[in-house]
Amino acid sequence: MSDTAITAPTTRPSRVATRRGVFGWVRDPWRKPRFLQTLTWGYLAWSILPVLIAIMFSFNAGRSRSTWQGFSFRWWYQDEFDSLWRDQDLRRAMVQTFRLAIATVVLAVPIGTAFAIGIDRWRGRISRTANFAMLLQFVVPELILSIALFLLFNKVLKDLFPLGTYAQIVGLTTFQLSYSVIIVRARLLSIGPEYEEAAMDLGATPGQALRRVLMPLLMPAVLASAALVFADAVDNFVTVRYLSGPASSEPLSVKIYTAARQSPAPSINAAATVMLVSTLFMIAIGWFLSRRVSKGDTSGADAVFTGL
Amino acid sequence: MAEAPTGNEVTRRRRSRSDRRRSTATTRETGVWYPKAYWPSFAAPGVLWLAVWFLLPFYVVLSVAFGSVDPAFRLAEPTFQFWWWDFSTFQETLEGFYVAPAIYQDPAIRTLTYVIVASTVCLMVGYPIAYFTARHAGRWRSLILVLLVAPFWISYLMRVYAWQSLLQPDGYINDILGVVGVEPILWLSGKQFTVILGLVYGYIPFMILPLYASLDRIQQSHLEAGRDLGAGPARTFLRVTLPLSKQAILAGLVIVALPMFGDYYTNDLLGSDATSTLGNMVDNAIVQAGQQPAAGGLAIVLMVLVLIPMLYYMRETRRAISRTS
Repeated sequence: MSDTAITAPTTRPSRVATRRGVFGWVRDPWRKPRFLQTLTWGYLAWSILPVLIAIMFSFNAGRSRSTWQGFSFRWWYQDEFDSLWRDQDLRRAMVQTFRLAIATVVLAVPIGTAFAIGIDRWRGRISRTANFAMLLQFVVPELILSIALFLLFNKVLKDLFPLGTYAQIVGLTTFQLSYSVIIVRARLLSIGPEYEEAAMDLGATPGQALRRVLMPLLMPAVLASAALVFADAVDNFVTVRYLSGPASSEPLSVKIYTAARQSPAPSINAAATVMLVSTLFMIAIGWFLSRRVSKGDTSGADAVFTGL
Repeated sequence: MAEAPTGNEVTRRRRSRSDRRRSTATTRETGVWYPKAYWPSFAAPGVLWLAVWFLLPFYVVLSVAFGSVDPAFRLAEPTFQFWWWDFSTFQETLEGFYVAPAIYQDPAIRTLTYVIVASTVCLMVGYPIAYFTARHAGRWRSLILVLLVAPFWISYLMRVYAWQSLLQPDGYINDILGVVGVEPILWLSGKQFTVILGLVYGYIPFMILPLYASLDRIQQSHLEAGRDLGAGPARTFLRVTLPLSKQAILAGLVIVALPMFGDYYTNDLLGSDATSTLGNMVDNAIVQAGQQPAAGGLAIVLMVLVLIPMLYYMRETRRAISRTS
């Protein structure tokens, strides 16, 4: 930082390292980054501990979710009326959660994959507009898209297509579509057209090249997007809440949201834990499968799951 | 994304040029002939889906915002013919921002405050963490990365709910503070501090990861060059590391700020009416039939507010797609 340092750069490190006092310590480029280390581990604890505590409280013996009163399975299945397993409402919500998530995967992933392939090869004004709409959908705040869909169902389609399960599936699929398109499209660009061209040089028809060359190569991305869409659909509560009709169409996330604003029992913690475990489980399966089918080149799969 | 860029860059450019050539004829270099509708037919379901379930709803928002309210039943009546649109309700909504009693003014100011303060805190806390993970984590790096990514897979709802429990009057936070002699604090009684804490907690992972990815890509040789030329650690950071991560900082800020603009749930769970945001205004208005035009109008205002960061984020996403390995 001083002029002497510039004239004698090679001697600087050792001199600085042996210099005593606060300034010597601050200027030593090889000192251990204690501050950063503390901050990082502190942050990680701050980030993860609250969730672990919330899981712990699903095993609370008392009704409180903030004061520990002993361990029990009361809120999981023992309590006759209010436990997660025996409360009709929560059980129905659990089924609804998985129904919505599976339907969303079944719709969003195939439509998204086909869309990604089509948009990658089809050049034209409609294709560009569709690509723009897809990206716009990806970045638009969820609240805005959700109330737009709510108004569509509430004002226009109310008799033909009322709010409820089908509306929720449509909303979730719309919200997740671009996610799967983006994942598949990235993979598509990294594969390039060469493999298909080679296959067709060797006599494959375009259909065969697509089915037997491109699809296997795309599989890791398709599986990854299925897992991520599933996890996102389970966690979603904004879109699903606006588009839910009768109380029976509310999934776990909406029940948790509604309960959290009143005075929730630990069965709500148990519900949140079920959501957490099922998304983590799905992500793990997706990660494992997509690494497996990608044989060797695993960096792509890891990148998709970590968002890096 | 984390791979050497140079070789890729070249092939991509070459590929896109050949793509353009392909677009003029339906014939590939290999001589395979594709029917004109072959590729469009793949995209068709998605195009249709987006048209019906994404673009159409936005038109409905405009129709409701610029429609009328049935005076007898207080029901919003959308006007679908744009040549009959009536902007008086929308104007009233806009006046809510600056003409007394200006019911939207405070929420608008709070929304902007939350977004600015929370994004800044996210950056200030997130940057050192990303920096440490990219440069100094050593053998702990994989574990730290898994823990950094974990919040992505844990529902936002559960994470905020967890904090809501900790911040109860008899919760653990007050217990810990009680040890040092602090009286129990009513965190959830509508404190802006709590809402901002919730926002930071909720969105900071989305800031750290892009920062990490970019800092990880900075080559060691660049830093060594800075050192060799006599710059100290501080100067190397300011003149080499910081400029090289500028784009990731911008991207991170946009990624966390965008959802914060539409966030109403954090305040719903951690705050009160005294700390409500524009998102809360939309959320409250949409469920009352007579208020739906106002909700639509507010949604339009929000959309305009986030337009520039949104376009920036779109560009970044498009770039990220073509850069991913």
